[in-house]
Amino acid sequence: MRLKCPLCGDRDRREFYYYGAEDYLHRPAEGAPLADWDNYLHLRDNPAGVTKDLWYHEQGCAQWLVVTRNTVTHEISGVELVAERKA
Amino acid sequence: MPELIAKSALDGQAPLTLGGVTLAEAAVGPITSIAVLPGGAKAVAKGLKPLGLAMPGPNSFAEKAAARILWTGRDQAFLIGVDAPALEGAAVTDQSDGWAVLALSGLGAADVLARLVPLDLRLSAFPVGRAVRSGLNHMNAVILRTGDYAFEIMVFRSMARTAWHEIAAAMEAVAARASLKS
Repeated sequence: MRLKCPLCGDRDRREFYYYGAEDYLHRPAEGAPLADWDNYLHLRDNPAGVTKDLWYHEQGCAQWLVVTRNTVTHEISGVELVAERKA
Repeated sequence: MPELIAKSALDGQAPLTLGGVTLAEAAVGPITSIAVLPGGAKAVAKGLKPLGLAMPGPNSFAEKAAARILWTGRDQAFLIGVDAPALEGAAVTDQSDGWAVLALSGLGAADVLARLVPLDLRLSAFPVGRAVRSGLNHMNAVILRTGDYAFEIMVFRSMARTAWHEIAAAMEAVAARASLKS
């Protein structure tokens, strides 16, 4: 498996660290209802299809990446920098 | 104040040549990290101008006289070989003692590194002037192609002997394989 880091280019999977669903980028605001926090911390979709993950380019540019991939076909359709993503 | 003795990471290590490839410690002089602060790009460009350098694009380095500037990340570069000028708009930190720099040269240098680095190191894919952050086995490393058959490898200083050992082992393997062919 390879990921195309927006800065470094095509790199081997072993350079990256997998963190989890990109849900971690959507932290509830202060004072949000308990259900939102429960959702943010514990509830994850498990789609057969397109999903978005957070990956860290540990042995490369040390950037956090949002990777869009398909869990059925293993196709990777997008890699973007968390630091430069449009919210 | 006691006078401390400045020593490079592999002080006293003799160069090693095997199968036409030579591994040696490189003395590169001062290493300064320049991390551009938000909105600081213009000021940094101005500060680097007297050196004839600019912030390098991803995966590259540039040289001017004794100075080298090396891309090390998003909005970050290492200035190597010269003392850092006064810079506005960036966080500037001395990294000179934090790194070990190894020089690997000779016809088979790319074959040796290919055993440790998960990248296409052929000259066509990895030309002179290219510099990447990648892995040297399990170590984080910055790898520069300084010539058709010459690389420089930067690792954290604490990894100096491990990096030396791993590269030397790869040199032995490549040399042994070559000796079987002839």
